[in-house]
Amino acid sequence: MRHVKSGVRGFWRVKNFAFLLAFMTFSWSFANANGHEAEHDSTQNEVAGHENQNHHADAHEEEGFTAANMSSTILHHISDAHEWHFFSVGGTHFSLPLPVIVYSEQYGLDMFLSSSFDHHTHIYKNYKEEHGHIVLLNEDGSEMMRDGNPVHPTDLSVTKNVASMLLAFIILLLIFTSVAKGYRKRPGQAPKGIQSFMEPLILFVRDEIAKPNLGHNYARFTPYLLTLFFFIWVNNMLGLLPGAANVTGNIAVTMMLALLSLIITNVNGNKSYWMHILWPPGIPTPVKFILIPVEIISIFTKPFALMIRLFANITAGHIIIMSILSLIFLFSENGMNMGAGFGVSFASVPFAIFLYTLELLVAAIQAFIFTMLTALFIGQAMPAEHH
Amino acid sequence: MELLTPALGLFFWTLVVFLVIVFLLKKLAWKPILKAIKDREDSIEEALNAAEKARTEMNQLQSGIAEAKKEAASERERIMKEANEMKSSILDQAKKDAQAEAQRIVADAREAIQKEKAAAMTDIKSQVASLSLEIAEKVLTKKFEDKSAQEALVQEYLETVSL
Repeated sequence: MRHVKSGVRGFWRVKNFAFLLAFMTFSWSFANANGHEAEHDSTQNEVAGHENQNHHADAHEEEGFTAANMSSTILHHISDAHEWHFFSVGGTHFSLPLPVIVYSEQYGLDMFLSSSFDHHTHIYKNYKEEHGHIVLLNEDGSEMMRDGNPVHPTDLSVTKNVASMLLAFIILLLIFTSVAKGYRKRPGQAPKGIQSFMEPLILFVRDEIAKPNLGHNYARFTPYLLTLFFFIWVNNMLGLLPGAANVTGNIAVTMMLALLSLIITNVNGNKSYWMHILWPPGIPTPVKFILIPVEIISIFTKPFALMIRLFANITAGHIIIMSILSLIFLFSENGMNMGAGFGVSFASVPFAIFLYTLELLVAAIQAFIFTMLTALFIGQAMPAEHH
Repeated sequence: MELLTPALGLFFWTLVVFLVIVFLLKKLAWKPILKAIKDREDSIEEALNAAEKARTEMNQLQSGIAEAKKEAASERERIMKEANEMKSSILDQAKKDAQAEAQRIVADAREAIQKEKAAAMTDIKSQVASLSLEIAEKVLTKKFEDKSAQEALVQEYLETVSL
């Protein structure tokens, strides 16, 4: 029986892998095409718009693509934004306007679409959008300053990342309600369709993550761990789509997820866990005073590592792919030296494909690691009392 | 540093979206899915156990059948053996009886013969005696027809008798 089970699992692995591969090639071809177009068009656009933008801040937009502004271009691509920009053709931007929700003492609560910002001045009413942040303007149109710094309103906008997260929300809901429907329709029978794609993953989370780390408590935490795993994974994957947001590569997102892990871990911590932190048994009293602060710090370092790990892995992947592809434009010197750009593309494109494949792997691995470590921390916080 | 500064809005929305999806998926997906998987696993386990049980039962049954067969064979053998023994004992007995009967018959016959023989001997003896007497009478009569012969014989006897 064991053998049959592993055989079935192996089959699924192969099938999943094939699916990933197909998905990857498909999405990458888009990424490449869009990447080229977007870069090319934006440079054209910026050259055209140069004359009537006399005070525009973005250095790279004024000078085209150079080694000097490469990093700011890449950072701009992986940062959050108030609108979802897909690509631009000529001077036309294809982007999804998103709701901006801001609150400030001066102007109260305000809600409007990001498309309300003027395309050139980036100003709407008393708000100005600057590098993805909104600053307040005085009634006369000058920037509001306090202690030499621009004043930001409380910004609860549905940004690109939030929108992408909502997309992930919908995808997760659609997929898993349909999976659940499969189980309701065919109780006790072999899974079918999407259900059979997801079942091994669900079993993986339950049997390889929840059970080994949580022991007999596993059933209580399995739903949360499943959601965590699929939420991170789907967001990682969505982040790899061309023109998509970089949700899990944003520190606010990973911080929230890590914070929830921290809360769940410590809320479920039992007496033995707290004893080990606050009065470690079996250690000479003077040493305890050294150990206790270390233990208390470790409560926070563990989720902190979770936060940084996910953020850094996803962001690094995006930056590397962007950098490799940027080399093409860097060497072509903005179309002045097409031959060099073309030549470099022979090296960068295959390498970018390789990295993209790696990123698909990383997307799954990081979701797994985050979930695994969360399960581990919860498990450590509720050890058996006899320990 | 921009990258490492968490934005409050995104932080807030992540909390909202994530908690809602945790709640909704738990309600709509994980509970029914995990329950269905557990039920199926249980039923598979149960079916396997039942199959295992049926197999052991069948094995037991089979060994029972073999046992019964063996018993029947040994019983048959025993019965056969008994029958054989009975047969031979009956034959022996019959043989013995027949022999005894034969001996008895022979003995009877012998006795009868003996009796007959004795009777015949007595008969022959008496006939021989009377015959001898007759012969002796005739001989004597013939011998003692003259007087001198009679006197000679008396003389002879007298001589043999020594007083």
